[in-house]
Amino acid sequence: MKKDLGILLIFVVLCAILAVLNPRFLSATNLQNTARLIGMFGIFSIGAGFVIITGGIDLSSGSLFSFLGVLLCLGLVDYQLPWPLVVIAVLGLGCLLGLFHGLVITRLGLQPFIVTLCGLLWYRGLANFLANDSTKGFGNCQGFEMLATLATGNLLGVPIPFALLCVVGAIAWVVLHRSVYGRYLLAVGQNEEAARFSGVNTRRVITSAYVICSGLGAVSAIFFAFYANAVQPSSHGNFYELFGIAAAVLGGCSLRGGEGSVVGILIGAALLQVLKNLVNLLGIRSSLDFAVMGTVIFFGVILDELLKRRKRDRGMRKSLRANAS
Amino acid sequence: MTSPSDPILAMCGIDKRFSGVQALRSVGLDVRRGEVLALIGENGAGKSTLMNILGGVIQADAGRIQIDGRETTITDVRHAMALGIAFIHQELHSLENLDVAGNIFLGREPRCSGPLQRIDRRRLYAATTPYLERLGLEVPPNTPVASLSLAQRQQVEIARALALEARILIMDEPTSSLTPAETDRLLAVILDLQAAGVSIIYISHRLSEVRRVAHRVEVLRDGQNAGSLCGDEIQEQAMVRLMVGRDLVIAQRTPSQALSERFEVQGLRTLAHPHTAVSFSAFAGQILGFAGLVGAGRSELAGAICGMNPRLSGEIRLAEKTLRVQCVRDAIDHGIYLVPEDRRKSGLIGAMSIRENVTLPDLRRYARAGWIDRARERRAAAKQCRTLNVACPSVEMPVRNLSGGNQQKVVLSKWLSMRPKVLFFDEPTRGIDVGAKAEIYRLLRQLADRGVVIILISSDMEELLSVSDRILVMHEGRVAGTVEREAFSEETIMHLAVGSSLAEIVEARS
Repeated sequence: MKKDLGILLIFVVLCAILAVLNPRFLSATNLQNTARLIGMFGIFSIGAGFVIITGGIDLSSGSLFSFLGVLLCLGLVDYQLPWPLVVIAVLGLGCLLGLFHGLVITRLGLQPFIVTLCGLLWYRGLANFLANDSTKGFGNCQGFEMLATLATGNLLGVPIPFALLCVVGAIAWVVLHRSVYGRYLLAVGQNEEAARFSGVNTRRVITSAYVICSGLGAVSAIFFAFYANAVQPSSHGNFYELFGIAAAVLGGCSLRGGEGSVVGILIGAALLQVLKNLVNLLGIRSSLDFAVMGTVIFFGVILDELLKRRKRDRGMRKSLRANAS
Repeated sequence: MTSPSDPILAMCGIDKRFSGVQALRSVGLDVRRGEVLALIGENGAGKSTLMNILGGVIQADAGRIQIDGRETTITDVRHAMALGIAFIHQELHSLENLDVAGNIFLGREPRCSGPLQRIDRRRLYAATTPYLERLGLEVPPNTPVASLSLAQRQQVEIARALALEARILIMDEPTSSLTPAETDRLLAVILDLQAAGVSIIYISHRLSEVRRVAHRVEVLRDGQNAGSLCGDEIQEQAMVRLMVGRDLVIAQRTPSQALSERFEVQGLRTLAHPHTAVSFSAFAGQILGFAGLVGAGRSELAGAICGMNPRLSGEIRLAEKTLRVQCVRDAIDHGIYLVPEDRRKSGLIGAMSIRENVTLPDLRRYARAGWIDRARERRAAAKQCRTLNVACPSVEMPVRNLSGGNQQKVVLSKWLSMRPKVLFFDEPTRGIDVGAKAEIYRLLRQLADRGVVIILISSDMEELLSVSDRILVMHEGRVAGTVEREAFSEETIMHLAVGSSLAEIVEARS
């Protein structure tokens, strides 16, 4: 947990500054809305982090949100299918697409960047095509009021996406840091060949990370669609994959693979949303929000690197002393 | 020509501390013009540190360096090169995307006049040829380095050093990945260069080579000068005594009893040699040595048996039962393990702790319903560290911070914490010092005595001859012959390794 201290520090300081500069930050409505965003972004960021831990990357998430969002609208509104069926289909399709990415990457040996870049283009194009380039809306949610409430409502005052993030985060933490699968995931990311020599089925482990990534992506996709209440196929979810990647990297995942923690990813995802909130609350011109975010990520990653280097030096010194004695 | 007794380099009173650890303590070293000085010592004795100081990679804390009798402070690698010191590292630094000439003249390419400063290829190639000829490297100067063998790449690096007019050539473990024939050629080149007045500092763990080329031997132990030998004093026993500070008894093995349990491989074909099928059998309680030149297909064979590489055909039997081995997991479940050649690349996960590395192949045993029991892991790892004598403050230490010998012991712990039935060792002692080597040999013997089938792949002939009960020799993917202990000789094995058949050898003898 020590390695998450750097990012936690930035997060806390940022929240404190924001609370002092504009007390509205701590208002119930603002907190609730920020928590909702954190929930939606956090869920798929965990998946993005798992993929990054294997040394891969998923660039297709943003387009996937649009594609699955359009399908959701089509199924619920245009075809009037029962909502549980549509939800299961969307989640299943998400997992299947992840399986497809994973299999192409592990069986054909293509680079994750290329495979998911193609995914980014495909899903965006398919979304545009299926929606006929027009915005798809949910209307008054007739027939699926229950789903709309689940996706946009609160549970004892806590936005449901955030509540779900807490559950998913807890499970992900156990899986990554305490389970056999998590150890394999880290081992594969660190040194795939050595993991294979130790009998780890590296292909299966890597493929499963993409399934988890796109599966959690599908969960977020449903939330995003209902949050916007409409899916504009050409812009819905644009750049969201980068939020996932940024959250993972801020949270200590190395793009080289083999490193990362669930707590870090969660704080990373939260930090990004608080930053967006900061731009709003401090009245900074909203056209600058990407620049602000870029700056914070930049310095966050530098701080993280410095902390890591210090820790490594200390470890080195300790071992030198041990070897000498 | 200058007389060979002129000192070209004198280092004295060299001290170096690394964050609290004294790596070198008042070390001295002198090299004369045109001599081969072997620098030997166990891992961690300070050889590399001393050479890094000489090569300008790091700076000494105290001490004096004289070159040609003139006091100098070597500030960086560039300065060392300007002084005529060239360092050929164990891992070669050649650029694979350039050709031979491009590597030799990297950074000093002859250029055409004109604004683009194009490389003058004609002059470049013309300048390269004499160096290649001098080293007996028979390839055109425009050969891509990627297509050269390891030995040839090394020669390219030597050529580069010569092109820089190096007068002192530091070679760190130059023969560790060469075949015996390539080694011979390299040693001949070294003697050639020495005769031409180049001084060579030769670092090696292979004492037989040291005996062949060195005029003098300087031994380091625990960061201090342990003594030096010259001329007839250069004997292996004497070197070992200085290195470890005591006489080392490598247990003369008693011929062991072959147990009835058998490990058999039949008609196995690998991707490396798809047209040759290999069959052999090994017995529990015995150490079967695998000899052969680099590229004979030994590692590929072991990989295919253990499920790492695809198997085109072939059957694997243990105790009369045919095993189904499709992947590494299957092999591990049957008790067949492979200790791979390159421990940093394939044997260990550097950033993970000793504990995590030791339990990785058998992680499910330490878990209940997928949840890992860390305390159990810790106990198992600690137990292995004790039995194998791994020097470490805690099992939570990342393995990349351990020394080479200790890393190898962690790799072994990984497999010994389970129940091995058949153990393949691929070059288990490469780059490991004498003391740790002896421990590993002892361990192999113990394992065999416990009834494990041991298969030892090694390029070190002495090692094979002293440790194995039987030696199987491979040549270009096929089994060239099997030699029983009574018939062991370096000559027989070399003949088989280069492709003569046993009958031919017998014929040649009679």
